[in-house]
Order: sequence, then C-alpha cells, then structure tokens
Amino acid sequence: MNIHEYQAKQIFAKYGVATPRGIIANTPEQAARNAEELGGEIWVVKAQIHAGGRGLGGGVKLARSKDEVKQLANEILGMTLVTHQTGPEGKLVQKVYIEEGADIVDELYLGIVLDRAKEMPVIMASTEGGMEIEKVAEDSPEKIIKVAVDPAIGFQGFHGRELVFGLGITDKKEQAKFIKLASALYTLYLENDAEMIEINPLIKTATGDFLALDGKMSFDDSALGRHQDIEDMRDISEEDADEREASQYGLSYVSLDGEIGCMVNGAGLAMGTMDTINYMGGTPANFLDVGGSANAQTVAKGFEIILKNPKVKAIFVNIFGGIVRCDRIANGILEATKLTDVNVPVIVRLDGTNAIEAAEILKAANISNIIVASDLGDGAAKAVAAAKQA
Amino acid sequence: MSILVNKDTKIIVQGFTGKEGTFHAQQCIDYGSKIVGGVTPNKGGQEHLGKPVFNTVAEAIESTGATVSMIFVPPVFVADAVMEAAEAGIKLAVIITEGAPVRDMQKAKAYAIKHGMMTIGPNCPGIITAEECKIGIMPGMIFKKGSIGLISKSGTLTYEGANQVCNEGFGISTAVGIGGDPIIGLSYKDLLPMFEADPETEAIVMIGEIGGDLEIQAAAYIKEHITKPVVAFIAGQTAPAGKRMGHAGAIISGGAGTAKEKMEALEAAGVRVVVSPAEIGKAVAEVLSK
Repeated sequence: MNIHEYQAKQIFAKYGVATPRGIIANTPEQAARNAEELGGEIWVVKAQIHAGGRGLGGGVKLARSKDEVKQLANEILGMTLVTHQTGPEGKLVQKVYIEEGADIVDELYLGIVLDRAKEMPVIMASTEGGMEIEKVAEDSPEKIIKVAVDPAIGFQGFHGRELVFGLGITDKKEQAKFIKLASALYTLYLENDAEMIEINPLIKTATGDFLALDGKMSFDDSALGRHQDIEDMRDISEEDADEREASQYGLSYVSLDGEIGCMVNGAGLAMGTMDTINYMGGTPANFLDVGGSANAQTVAKGFEIILKNPKVKAIFVNIFGGIVRCDRIANGILEATKLTDVNVPVIVRLDGTNAIEAAEILKAANISNIIVASDLGDGAAKAVAAAKQA
Repeated sequence: MSILVNKDTKIIVQGFTGKEGTFHAQQCIDYGSKIVGGVTPNKGGQEHLGKPVFNTVAEAIESTGATVSMIFVPPVFVADAVMEAAEAGIKLAVIITEGAPVRDMQKAKAYAIKHGMMTIGPNCPGIITAEECKIGIMPGMIFKKGSIGLISKSGTLTYEGANQVCNEGFGISTAVGIGGDPIIGLSYKDLLPMFEADPETEAIVMIGEIGGDLEIQAAAYIKEHITKPVVAFIAGQTAPAGKRMGHAGAIISGGAGTAKEKMEALEAAGVRVVVSPAEIGKAVAEVLSK
C-alpha cells in the first residue's frame, strides 16, 4: 500500500526524521491560511498524488506571497497530473501540501528497500539527489552506495560509517547527523513493515542539517493487519476502482490495454496465458487470477469486471483445476451469462479436477458464444482468432 | 530415487485441525503420504484424521520421528511455526500459507538456516514425489511417475507443466513449488544440484516469473554445474512494469526483474527457453530426443 508525501512526513516526524514544516489543504483558501500559519516569505505548493515526478509534471510550484499560494493551489487542485509514473491518463489532484521554503545547500538521496538477493533491507544513498534513482543506477551506478543491514544485528556504527564515507561527508558533526537519520529511517522501515522508503531529495541546509524535502513510502500489504494507523492512511481514490472491486471478491486484477479478456486460476498461469496470447499474435486486456476459492459468484464478477472494458473482443477462460473444481467454474460461466450480458465470444479451457463433468455442463447448456478449447495453446489460438473476427 | 521426500518420509502437519489443514492433510493421506500426526496448541492428546495431535512440534517429533512439517497456520503465525519447527529439529518445512509478512519470513528463514532446516514456500503448492509422497495442495492425479524434475514459482503452472510432460509420455520424479513471495526458502539454485545428483531425473523443467533475480542466479549455476537438459519458461513477458501480478514477489521494480533479462540469461546458459507455457511438454520431448 502506498501513502501520500504528507502522510510519510507525519511518520518521519514520529521517528525524528526532520522535514520542512507543512500543512495539508483541500481548497485554495485553506492553502492561503496554511501559508499564513507557517509564516515566512516563501512557500511550496505540492500536489499530493501517489506518483513520483510531480515537479516535472507541473504539480510542485514555488510561491512568494500568500496570494500566489492561493492562486497556485487553485491551479493545481483539480488538475490531472501526468508524470512518468502515472501513465498517460494521469491522476486527479485532490489535496495540496503547503510547505515552508527550505534553504538548500546540497541535494542527496536516501532510501531503503528489500534486497531480495541478500534477503535483508538495503539502505541506498547517493550524492545525486533530486534525480530519478533508476536513472542514476543506469548512468552512474558507482554513485549509489548500498549498505545491507541484517535485522538480526540491526543498524550498527559501521553501517553508518560506510554510508557517510561513501557519500564523502567529512564534517564530523554532519557525519553524526546523517548516521542518526539513517538509523532512524531503518528503525521506521522495520517497525512499520515498510516495503520501500525514499527521500528524494534529502537536503543539506546551510547549518549542516539534513531535511527530508520529499517522502515516499509503501508498505507490505500482508502486514497491514498489525498496523491500523497505516491502514487508516489508505486513500481509496488513488487506487484503481476495478482492481479494488476485484480484490473485494478475492480476485486479483490488473488492467492492460489489449483486446482479449483473461480469466485464469493462479498468478503464474494468468501471466503465462497473457504471454501465450501475445505469442500467438493477440493482445491481453487484463491479468485476472480468480484464486483458489473460485465459485460461480466470483466467476460472474470476473466477467462483469472484464466486460466493463469496451476494448474487450473475446474472453479466454483458462482454468487448470487443482483445488478449484472445473465443474464449479463451468457453472460460474453459465451463471455469468445469466447475470451479465456476455456479448463477446468466450473461449473456455477447463483441465484438471472435474474437467469431464465441466465439459458436460457446458455442452448441455448449449450457449452459442461459448467455444470449448482442448488445451492452453488451442485456447489462446481460438481466442486470438475470435478477437480478430470481431 | 527422487529428491527431498519419498514414500518413507514421516510428516507432521502444523495447523492440523484447521479447515485447510484438515482438508489437505486428508488428501495427502489418501495419496499415500506418511502423515504421522499434527500439531495444534491446546489440542494435544486428541486424535484427528486417525492421527495423534500434539501441543508442540518437539512432542510430535519425539513421539513420531517426523522429519518434515507441512505448515497451514494463518499468515501471522507462520514465522512462529517455522521457528518452532526449526528449533525442534524438523529437517524440512513446507509452508503452504499465503500472505505471511515479508519481515516475518526474513526472520524465520534466517533462523531455519541457523538450525539446518530447509524450507519450501511460503505461498506455494508444496512438493510431490510422484506416486509416493505429496506434501501440499496440488492435484495428485496429474503427476505420473517418471524422470522429469520440476521447479516452479507458480502453482497452476506446475500443474500445467507436469500435465504436458505426462501427456508427452514422460513423467515426474519430484516437483517442487517454491512460491512467488519476495523471500522464499529453497530456490532454483538449491534444487538444481539435487536433481543433477538424482539418478532418476533425466531432465529438469524450471518455471519462473518476473521479479527478483532467482532465475538469473539459476542461470549462472546451470552454466557451471548442470549437465542434464533444462527447459524453462518465464511468466510475465507481457506484464507491465511496477504492477504486482498476483504473487507478492511478481513485480518489475526499477526496471529490474523482467522476463526478458531472465530468458536471455537462461538461454546464454544453454537452457531451452520456451516463449509460451503451452510449449513446455514439446520442448521436454525435444531435449530428451537429442
């Protein structure tokens, strides 16, 4: 689960990670009042959406008067912000964060992610702050210092020294400040079951202090049950409505931009089905894993979600029944044709547990737009052909 | 021969009396697996599915001599169950449960390694030695006995692959579903040498997916150490970057962990890589006829 910058900064505050002061606003008037309350002569108006690259997209602006804060908030609130992370459709801005201006001497990068190869969190730091870290990793990987920290021993002094020497921080006071910050961030990461934390840029001020100018965090969905405070930060409006609806029915759905809807059991087979459609010259419209407890109702729901997409010209149902019984899926397909107007060809491949019973159910129902396939390759070929004819 | 488990393997079930544990333990017993008991705290002394129930793993081992545990406890109790098994002296824990927090698995795996216990999973279908021993939730009837070893991150692709292999007239020695979480127990590079050393296994099918670099590590290992033919499929060639595809670990992050880079690494290691999972069976037949 992702959270907004202003929420990440609330969590930073709890762990002693310093940030510029800021207040969230939903209206231009509130934005101006926030600027008044913060004081000073310069403010930053920042769009709050779950995506990076907001500055380049025009969602972060500097204001030199309260009127300008109001005017910029008016422009940014309600705009559809397009960044390299939002996709071409962009994201609607519903909140702006008004922050005091900061006095920047230097821009750094500091983040923590899971290193899957080492199987422990890795702290990443770089002198190339304010740039996309993926770009730095590609162009000059030597500029990223990586320090893996085993949770069994926790953050130690030597981890901190590796970071500051790597970054070329020579002033002893600054070294101590940076190490304290990195250690706090590591504690935050573990205690909250974070998946990723990123401060980009982390700025150094004229007084040699480090401030998190930006903050990005995501959390392990499997651990949210023990972090109600973080679950409470969920912003449903940032999530894809179809994906969310699907998840409420135990379906895992990701929308893609092709023409063949897919309904599959198991994440691996679901991806494999998309790949096979692509290999045979078609384009998948979605990833959909009906999961291990699929029944008539969930299958019907799956059809409904797939058919919301007007680009879908055919649906390929590919089930290899293990725990999932094929006869239940077959009944689900029949149920779906009653509940929803399934107006495209449906190619059905049912194999594994109770496949024979399932074939009989489909045959007996005798529905004209259901095409039975014998295996995965046959099903994908028939789906591609059906989509091309449509 | 086979790897890791066979008809004589003694198995206990942690989370034995729960709904999932009960259903799948019964299926395993019906398959012929030697389930010798189970563990459910506060139900020690009872009998379930005709087998004894114990309060702790240590008691279960002492009384039954079990070496393998199949774990069905709820997600937040997985780490506890794994560490208890490790400390009690279990040699292999097969973790079926889906949704265990990553931090828990990190801790539990490190502890298991310290105690010399291997783990499979979490979030996996388990392990099966065809017609001898099933420890997990896979449909047993697909796995005909034979000479192909199978390692897969995906449950249903394990079934798909095994089914095709059997339809081509071959069979399975042992199939291992390793799971698709960010941190898993035994991975390709741990299992490949076991299949290489197993005289019954003639070829290996390896099914991977986007995310992480286990398949890349496998490619490096295959290049240096594996002489048996390997057929591989990597799921997610058409998956968009930055989107989690069902499995917690199936995500291309920061441009890394793509199907393309994994397929290229495996091809460079001499592996027969198929573009569609529909080709797995045929590819096995081809590599074995050479």
